[in-house]
Amino acid sequence: MRVSVVGGGPSGLYLAILLRKTGHDVSVVERNTPDATFGWGVVFSEETLGSLRDADYPTYLEITDSFARWTSIDIHYQGEVLRSSGHTFSAIRRTHLLDILQRRARSLGAELTFQQEVTSSESDADLVVAADGSNSVLRKRFAAEFGSSVTPQGCKYVWFGTDLVLDAFTFVFRKTEHGLFQVHAYPFDEHTSTWIVETTEATWRRAGLDRMSEEDSMAFCQSLFAPELGDHRLMSNKSIWLDFPLVRNESWHHGNLVLIGDAAHTAHFSIGSGTKLAMEDAIALANAVERYPSSVEQALVDYELERQPAVERFQQAAGDSAAYFSRVASHLGLAPIQFAANLLTRSGRISHANLMQRDPRFVRVLDAWFAASASDAPLVPGAVAPPPMFAPLRVGGLTLRNRVVRAVSTPDLANAAKAGAGLVLTGFVAVAEDGRTTPDCPVLDDSWAAVVKEVHDTGPLIGVRLGHAGRRGATRPSGGVDVPLRGGWPLVSASPLPYTPFSAVPAELTEAGMARIRDDFVAAAERAREAGFDALELDLAEGYLLASFLSALTNRREDAYGVNPPRFPLSVVDAVRAVWPGLLVARLTITDWARGGTTVEQGIDHARAVAEHGADLVHVRAGHTTATSRPEYRRGYLTTLSDRVRNEAGVPTLVGGYLTTPDEVNTVVAAGRADLCLFDPPPSPLERQS
Amino acid sequence: MLNVKVGVGLPNTIPGTSGEVLVEWARRADAGPFGTLGVLDRLVYDSIEPFAALSAAAAVTSRIGLATNIAIGPLRSPALLAKHALSVDALSGGRFTLGLGVGARRDDYEAAGVSRGTRGAALSEQLAYLRGQLEESGIGPARPSIDLLVGGSSGAAFTRMARYGDGYAHGGGPPRAFGSAANRARAAWRDLERTGEPILWGQGYFAFGDPDRGSDYLRDYYAFTGPFAEKIAAGNLTSARAVRDFVRGYEAEGCDELILYPTVASLDELERLAEAVS
Repeated sequence: MRVSVVGGGPSGLYLAILLRKTGHDVSVVERNTPDATFGWGVVFSEETLGSLRDADYPTYLEITDSFARWTSIDIHYQGEVLRSSGHTFSAIRRTHLLDILQRRARSLGAELTFQQEVTSSESDADLVVAADGSNSVLRKRFAAEFGSSVTPQGCKYVWFGTDLVLDAFTFVFRKTEHGLFQVHAYPFDEHTSTWIVETTEATWRRAGLDRMSEEDSMAFCQSLFAPELGDHRLMSNKSIWLDFPLVRNESWHHGNLVLIGDAAHTAHFSIGSGTKLAMEDAIALANAVERYPSSVEQALVDYELERQPAVERFQQAAGDSAAYFSRVASHLGLAPIQFAANLLTRSGRISHANLMQRDPRFVRVLDAWFAASASDAPLVPGAVAPPPMFAPLRVGGLTLRNRVVRAVSTPDLANAAKAGAGLVLTGFVAVAEDGRTTPDCPVLDDSWAAVVKEVHDTGPLIGVRLGHAGRRGATRPSGGVDVPLRGGWPLVSASPLPYTPFSAVPAELTEAGMARIRDDFVAAAERAREAGFDALELDLAEGYLLASFLSALTNRREDAYGVNPPRFPLSVVDAVRAVWPGLLVARLTITDWARGGTTVEQGIDHARAVAEHGADLVHVRAGHTTATSRPEYRRGYLTTLSDRVRNEAGVPTLVGGYLTTPDEVNTVVAAGRADLCLFDPPPSPLERQS
Repeated sequence: MLNVKVGVGLPNTIPGTSGEVLVEWARRADAGPFGTLGVLDRLVYDSIEPFAALSAAAAVTSRIGLATNIAIGPLRSPALLAKHALSVDALSGGRFTLGLGVGARRDDYEAAGVSRGTRGAALSEQLAYLRGQLEESGIGPARPSIDLLVGGSSGAAFTRMARYGDGYAHGGGPPRAFGSAANRARAAWRDLERTGEPILWGQGYFAFGDPDRGSDYLRDYYAFTGPFAEKIAAGNLTSARAVRDFVRGYEAEGCDELILYPTVASLDELERLAEAVS
């Protein structure tokens, strides 16, 4: 097969090597000179090295001979340097990597041409490979066919070198009058390290970096990081501030033209995977060509099927990491070890359990610190403690024995209580008959003392979730939710808008109605107190009555009870707080996940407001303000919202979002993303068999 | 003994399939190791209408479940769709499962004269109708409730499934893709505070005797997806071993019923599938 590779970066050259080894004719055309490069060093993981060893041993040997290797991550934070070990990294100078690959490709008989521009995919080759980077000219020619998208991701960043030779992957967080700056730095040979400086666009502008020359901005960074750099200097290589381009393509091939490496996809630099993914692409493409020697189309389909899912997972993790760095300033209130735990687990690829394997010393201290701080005790050297999910929590005058919360409907409360939770919450309990969701929905009447006692007898605390269904009331008890009851009772809401097209139109709640319902909440809270409940969860979420006042999608009122300020819901919080002595939880929708609805920023304001009005804890919820909301049900899909509420509004949080393993709970609470987790393991046949 | 039930598709969307082959296929599937006979739905294509195909199957079977997996709901009015579903359920003595989705083809909507832009909302309304208004509509035959599966891959689709459905119908792909969708379905189920677990159905394609013909059919059937058609064709299961691996993969991801659709409408294919899975 005749193969024309456009672009002489790592993916193009490596592909040329692999295809030459199986006897294909390969030419590589690169627009720049052989030693031109952008950026400094590139990072690999152990896993990638294994693939490189299997794919081409001679280059593997040469690459690993000149590697910088290290196993630690240093986190410079608030005057401390926290070190976590057991992470295996290696890096190489990019120009050196290219030199190794060029020599090997040439020696295998690949034809390399430099300083030649290729802008057309027309060629007499059987296969044309666009390995021409994130700015790929060939991709742009067929942007529609590839379904390309290029969008900026994360912070502003600039890529320097330095003659400071580090011995760890190094993060530096530096607070300034303009905002927070952070550094991602790592060594890549005996003499040099990569030093990337990153900050949000707002901080970047406040610091005047948008107007500074290349020299001035380097001097700014040099002086900003003088404590770490000492006498060492930053070095520029066309080092200008950039936006990271997130490249995605729905399809990676069109006819006999195929995208590899950054031309096909990018992953934010903060998880350091660009070159790794590019070289893995080359391996997969060479293997696919070997598997389907007679059909280019089949080979390219095979390559895509192999690589797309793997790359998507990396892009997901990289996106989480980029988002973390764009809001890390809100974490400056975290204790150093918790800040470090949050940083290390930012992308979802490392959990508490992974960290336990890599760095048991770090996790021992983290767990011991977590347990000590949970009981306001000092951290004793050498202390051991159970995993974070089993640390107690003091909140709202109560002590929960652990961080696990179970929420179940009433008949299952006694069983849930025996399942090891620190707190069990009831399902929706209406404050009055006309606030029920369905005819089967329980009401907070005088019958609850026995339930409370039964739960208390087995250990955990118990909370009742009190609400008024509003426009989601009078629905059928089974066969789906929000299906209206025939001949249901009249509904009320902030505005007369039905929840689904078939739902009854609610009446706009009058001032007298508000007073009556507020009294219902107070009376129910008093009965809950009499029944012995420890916690009261006030339902201000998911489009029920109180929530309907919080969103512009459901509150169209022009009287004194419009969306801002949300007078009625806050008056209910006040009134309940006045009679409720125990733990007061606000179940709150942080974002509507719907156009024109409550944004995360507004939701965080609501969290602040309910806390100011006496809520001790926010149960983070999202969506379902309207029936047409668009949740994104990824694993732990509410965790980031909880992190933001906890760290931006400074309110303790409870979060769910289908957390099914103890490891997820440990990771969430240890990293300070929430204080409590709703734990929801699916039933296992092993339980029956045990 | 597998925890996942294996079903087989009727060749109702393979062009040129005769009524005779379709009916014989159903009869033999009923005698085979299959849980369900599934049908796909396309309007602008050389295919047999799914409810018609299942009615024919109902007449010659006595045991096997019958399912649309999925039918494109919004192409039919809610009342008409209900009538079809109740009728197939009555004809089969309660063996029917109604799987609904929005489909993916523009021309199906154009031909039906239905707006494609509002297809998600239309499906939600349809599901609400089936769960609610149908009861008082006077439309019969009256049947005990029919299991309702809902497909789709967006957050809105999972919400719709959890709000109105009994379970989720996945659109096909490798087991790992099914597993990821199944987790989303379970998360949505919890999110809407449904009790128990959603029923989870998967699907795949097979061709033993003439895999090239089967893959050509898939390329043609999915031509509207552009380059994606090649990937679907590449997923065609062409050996007994591939089928068994696929079934085990789906089982490991918690699939309740996996429907394998033929891509070649030959009765030999059905026999070979029966051998592969029994």
